[in-house]
Amino acid sequence: MNSDHQRIQEFLHAYVDGEVDLVGAQEIEQHLRTCEECLRIEQQIRDLHSALTNKGTAYRTPAHLQRSVRAALRREAKPESEIPWPRLALVAGTVCVVLLVAVIFFERPRATDHGLVDQVVDNHVRSLLAAHLLDVRSSDQHKVKPWFDGKVDFAPPVRDLTKDGFPLTGGRLDYLNGKTVVALIYQRNKHPINLFIIPATTERDTAPALLTRRGYSVLHWSHAEMNYWAVSDLNADELRQFAELLLR
Amino acid sequence: MLPHLDAGYNLACFLMRNPEDAEDVVQEASLRAFRFFDNFRGENSRAWFLTIVRNTSFTALKRSRADEANVEFDEELHSGEVPAMDIGVALDQAQDRETVRAAIEQLPEEFREAIVLRELEGCSYKEIADIAGVPIGTIMSRLARARRQLQTILSKSQHQ
Repeated sequence: MNSDHQRIQEFLHAYVDGEVDLVGAQEIEQHLRTCEECLRIEQQIRDLHSALTNKGTAYRTPAHLQRSVRAALRREAKPESEIPWPRLALVAGTVCVVLLVAVIFFERPRATDHGLVDQVVDNHVRSLLAAHLLDVRSSDQHKVKPWFDGKVDFAPPVRDLTKDGFPLTGGRLDYLNGKTVVALIYQRNKHPINLFIIPATTERDTAPALLTRRGYSVLHWSHAEMNYWAVSDLNADELRQFAELLLR
Repeated sequence: MLPHLDAGYNLACFLMRNPEDAEDVVQEASLRAFRFFDNFRGENSRAWFLTIVRNTSFTALKRSRADEANVEFDEELHSGEVPAMDIGVALDQAQDRETVRAAIEQLPEEFREAIVLRELEGCSYKEIADIAGVPIGTIMSRLARARRQLQTILSKSQHQ
């Protein structure tokens, strides 16, 4: 009975806490009916529990802590949600500058080209009207090329394309943008082609781009530090073929 | 974590015995719980969060104790005795909220966490054992001893 009493006391807390099984609980309840001391201890445990919980002992999260935890978790959940305005501004600014430079870089030559295109076409027409098509008449590229020596400050590439159906007929000095330039004359089924060659200011190669002026086809490209302007009343496809032969 | 914020804050307050430190602990524990939520495999998210709060609290306490150890030797902390309540606590105040809180705060840490989790948070022995990382039998004996100490402290404060 006494050893029973000690063992029961050991489990009284677990009993009050509802942590003993049904068989154990029945045993303890039976003991409590006969043991004053254990009954008193059991009541003390229950009284303590009431004393601890009836007074709002537990701390409640202050509102400001709830807010700051919520905010911290939101930041953690979306680390990118805070827009890095300074960096964004820097990126936007860089993009704007790049676009501006690109526009200036690509648009400026084209803007002056408009004037140049008209000059090229004018020269082409004049060369035909004034019967000043040729300064040197030859289909021999080895005669045409040396003729320009000492007349212009660059060595224009001269190639005969007779076997491709674009025979070289000669060369001429001309003026474009106040500069002396080389004009090579090719023939395609009675259609003369004026090919103007001007030293380029950049090393950038560009693919042939087609323009039309007053019914003439104008093809412009850059290659190996030379700007080329091919003008003819040929159809665009044949003029392109001509350019591709020269670029080959 | 947010549904268990009150439970976490309550435990942190009793372990840290200082509301500001408890707030720091809860803030840190919430972030940790959020970051390591992938590691949470169980179904008892409250016990899991309380474990993080408990461990964060003890880490913070260890840190501040290391700091304090260089400053002064705390006589009270190193004597095995349970310190008595402040003198002058009126009889009729013996059962009010602050008295009860102060009584719990006088318990040694391991008793304190067992009492808070059992009496205030209604945790099962199994949950407390998991949170504290000790066997259930240990929790049972800690609770029994903690209650006896609490009764002594509260009755002392009543008789003063």
